[in-house]
Amino acid sequence: MDKTLSKLSEAVASIKDGMTVMIGGFGGSGAPIELIHALIDQGSKGLTVINNNAGNGHVGIAAMIEQGMIEKMVCSFPRSADPVAFTEAYKAGKIQLEVIPQGTLAERIRAGGAGIPAFFTPASYGTELAEGKITEEFEGKMYVRENWLKADLALIKAERADLHGNLTYRMAARNFSPLMAMAADKTFAQVRRVVALGSIDPEQIVTAGIFIDGIVEVPDPAQEEALNRAGAVYP
Amino acid sequence: MIDVAGIKLSNAQIAWRAAQDLQDGSYVNLGIGFPELVAQFQPAGRHITYHTENGVLGFGKAPPEGEEDWDLINAGKKPITLKPGTAFFHHADSFAMIRGGHLDLAILGTYQVAENGDIANWSTGRGGVPAVGGAMDLVHGAKAIVVITDHITKKGEPKLVKRCSLPLTGVGCVTRVYTSLAVLDITPRGFVVREKLLALSLEDLQLVTGAELHLDGAIAPLVCPEV
Repeated sequence: MDKTLSKLSEAVASIKDGMTVMIGGFGGSGAPIELIHALIDQGSKGLTVINNNAGNGHVGIAAMIEQGMIEKMVCSFPRSADPVAFTEAYKAGKIQLEVIPQGTLAERIRAGGAGIPAFFTPASYGTELAEGKITEEFEGKMYVRENWLKADLALIKAERADLHGNLTYRMAARNFSPLMAMAADKTFAQVRRVVALGSIDPEQIVTAGIFIDGIVEVPDPAQEEALNRAGAVYP
Repeated sequence: MIDVAGIKLSNAQIAWRAAQDLQDGSYVNLGIGFPELVAQFQPAGRHITYHTENGVLGFGKAPPEGEEDWDLINAGKKPITLKPGTAFFHHADSFAMIRGGHLDLAILGTYQVAENGDIANWSTGRGGVPAVGGAMDLVHGAKAIVVITDHITKKGEPKLVKRCSLPLTGVGCVTRVYTSLAVLDITPRGFVVREKLLALSLEDLQLVTGAELHLDGAIAPLVCPEV
């Protein structure tokens, strides 16, 4: 079994108009820029994108918005150092927004991957983000019911992969990626290095290959922050 | 009426005062922005482990310009550094630390805080793009949720109020407030004054507070160095 793909385009080939796509990363940390740009080249429209943020500058998710590919953004914090792409689309009514508390977003994705359709969290109780939601008291405290979140496909970035798709991550770049890898029907990872089976200490594997459908080696991945500081625009 | 602006503590002094209560061996989350200042005033000899929502525990200070690693950032998306003992974890684990009651303390900024412990710190309710981040998760779960804030807004309106008028972040969460004029606990009776600036009478403090102040024993002087 070898999950290696030779081209980024193969990882995004199955994405169709109207699909829901999870994209890893917290701001630029862990953002799979090369996979996102391959998706822009592929050109699907009407997508629902799940990410913590809603793009920064004119690359990555911001570039997807500028290309008119995203119908709905599901995120916790659609602001950034340079949020112009999302802000303009939102104010023009060209993009829908679902804002979810960050921890609830993470847990909804985890639940989606773990086969748990709903759970209760204290976050948002008594606030406008809980309006219309089921609440229940447990041990004297009120909680809000939240449903799982799943996707057709997830695009993530990791550090190393073996041929089975077992992954390690780099520093804080893992953030949402191990969760999204579980919650999507298909998950594709761009990785800095693909290594032989046995080259990763099994104790160090963060995402097990069962959650991964394809890996593409991107030896020197771009950092969103560095691209933005250089004024990059995609395409 | 005393000129509050002339005597009030600076943000750095408020952060300094909050830092004096950091407990040795505790796990602490500092909210984005102003609360991050607290780490600068951590008293010598106490070991505090800081948590940041995107998945890092026990990180170090900001790196020098040019040495940033953009895979190593905090919840405010500012670069941080490793130090011996740093741990990484994914987002669901990070918020399990928050909601699961594993953090000892969260120090947050705010727009308003009410005498019943309600907090409003995520939206001014004036439209624009709504963005919540981890604010609504953070106000639950830490063993103590404290707020550091100017006592009044730039327009002179009280930030300590009977009930929040801005969109709530959470209900009944906050246990202590460090302001530019006083230190107050939030109790079942409401705001209890623990410390206040010596130059300020209790009557003056009440005039700039939007809820009734209560006493529980003597009020200690709030004294901060120039920092």
